[in-house]
Amino acid sequence: MRAFTYERAETPQQAAMAAASTDHARFIAGGTNLLDLMKIEVETPAHLVDVNGLGLDTIENTDDGGLRVGALVRNTDLAADPRVRRDYGVLSRALVAGASGQLRNKATTGGNLLQRTRCPYFYDTNMPCNKRRPGTGCAALEGFSRQLAIIGGSEHCIATHPSDMAVAMRLLDAEVETVLPNGNTRAIPIADFHRLPGDTPQIDSALIPGEFITAVTLPRPLGGKHFYHKVRDRASYAFALVSVAAVIQPDGGGRVALGGVAPKPWRREDADAALPRGAKAVMARLLDGAEPTHENRFKVNLAERTLAAVLAEAKE
Amino acid sequence: MSQHSRFKITRRALMIVGAASAASLGLPRLATAGRDGESPTSAPAADDKAATAEVAFTVNGVPRRFTADTRLTLLDALREQLQLTGTKKGCDHGQCGACTVMVNGRRVNACLSLAVMHEGDEITTVEGLGTPDNLDPMQAAFIEHDGYQCGYCTPGQICSAKATLEEIRAGVPSHVTADLNAPMKVTPEEIRERMSGNICRCGAYANILDAVQDVAGGQS
Repeated sequence: MRAFTYERAETPQQAAMAAASTDHARFIAGGTNLLDLMKIEVETPAHLVDVNGLGLDTIENTDDGGLRVGALVRNTDLAADPRVRRDYGVLSRALVAGASGQLRNKATTGGNLLQRTRCPYFYDTNMPCNKRRPGTGCAALEGFSRQLAIIGGSEHCIATHPSDMAVAMRLLDAEVETVLPNGNTRAIPIADFHRLPGDTPQIDSALIPGEFITAVTLPRPLGGKHFYHKVRDRASYAFALVSVAAVIQPDGGGRVALGGVAPKPWRREDADAALPRGAKAVMARLLDGAEPTHENRFKVNLAERTLAAVLAEAKE
Repeated sequence: MSQHSRFKITRRALMIVGAASAASLGLPRLATAGRDGESPTSAPAADDKAATAEVAFTVNGVPRRFTADTRLTLLDALREQLQLTGTKKGCDHGQCGACTVMVNGRRVNACLSLAVMHEGDEITTVEGLGTPDNLDPMQAAFIEHDGYQCGYCTPGQICSAKATLEEIRAGVPSHVTADLNAPMKVTPEEIRERMSGNICRCGAYANILDAVQDVAGGQS
C-alpha cells in the first residue's frame, strides 16, 4: 500500500473541500472496497478523508411518504430497518444478497453506490485496463468475460457494476443527494448517477471531484410484491452473474431492473410496460442491442429465465 | 475539541505531502520549509514516506494508545502492535473471515479497516471471549463438536458465530429469510447463510453448524 496522509472531516462540506483541494484524495467510509484496492495499488490515494464522524447514519421519513437514507447508514442497518423491510422489500433483499455479514456491517449506503467493478483485469495490475489506466486497452474483450457486461459496454470497457443495492435503488427511482466543495447541494436521479463507459471508462459516476454523497432518498412506496433474484456461482457471498429486481403489481404490471449485465443498474421504462406480456416481451426491449461475448452469451437466456421465475412466483 | 479532531499526523509527513500537493496545484498551501530546513518543493514524493497518526481504542477492555503508520490495518495493529495473535490473517482482502473481530459489538473484517479509523472504539477479539479455564459457550461448543481441523479459521468462526446469533435475535434479515417481516428464527439454513463470510479450508462446516446450533439451542 502506498503511504497516505489522513484526516477526519468535521462537516460534509469540509469533507468535500478537503477532497477537492488535495491531490489524489479519497473519501473513506466503510473502506471495504477502497482498502482492498489500495492493498493491490489499483487505488493509490495520497490522502484519505475519513467521513465516519459526520453522522449521516439515520433513516428519516420524508414529507412525501418516502425515506431519506443517510449516506453512512450501514448496509446491515438499512436492510434491517422495519420500514425498509415492510415497504421496500426489494431493497432489503438486494442488500442481504450482497457480500457477507461482516462486510455489510461496515459497508455504507454511499460507498456501496461507489463500488468499483470486480472485472478481473481491473484488479490485475499486470494487464491492460482502460478503467484502471486509461489508454492501455481492454484485456477483457478477448479474455475471460464470463462475468462481464452483455449490454451498455463499449469497445473500451465491458466491466459490470457490482452492486446489488444499486439495482434496487434504480428500480425504486431513488435520488442521490450530494454536497459540492462550494457548499451547493444537488440531487442526482439514480438513473443518471452511474454512467456508461463510452471512451472514458475510468469515470464511473456523475460526481465531480470532491462531490460528496450525503443521502439517498427513496420515493413513496410502490406497493406490490417485491423480488430480488440473484443468480451466481455460489449460493452465497459471490457477485451476480445475473440479478433481477422487480416489483410486480396485482394487475401484472410493475418494474424490473437487472444487475450483473451492464456497467450500471439496467432498467428501461419501456420494458416495464411489457411486464403483463411476460419475460420474453420484457427482455426483447430491456436487452435490445445486447452485444454479449462468446463467454457470456448465456446471460441473455439466464436473465429471461430468472425474470420468468420471478413472474411465476408473483402469481403464487 | 471534538473526539474526531484529536488525531495527529506527524508534521514532517504532512509537510511532505502538502508540499507535493501545493507544487502540483500551484497553490501556496503548506509551502513552508520542512522541519530540517529542506526546500519543500524538493521533498520526496509522498509514496516514499510514511505518515503516522495516533491510534486509541480499547481491546478486550484494555485501553490502548500508540502511534502508527496510517496504513496499519486493525488486523496488523492487533497482531503485530499488541501481540494479540488469536485473530488470524488469512487472505487479507475480506474474503475469508479469519480476521473477524467485534467492533462495538458488531463483527467486521479487521483486515479491511485502518487502525487509525477506530478512535474510541471497543474491540473484542477471541482472546476477550474466554480463557482456557473459563471458555465462552461458543468456544466450548466448537471443542465439543470438533468444529475445526487445523484451527486457523476458528477464532474468526467463533467471533462470527456469536455475532450471527446476535444478529438473528436483533431481527437482521438474511438472504434465506423467507418472510422479512416475521420474527427471525435460528435454522441450519440461516446459520449457513450468515456464516458464508467465514471460509474453512479443512471443510469442518458440518461440525461448525452443530456447534452453533448447540449454543443457539441452549439460549432459546
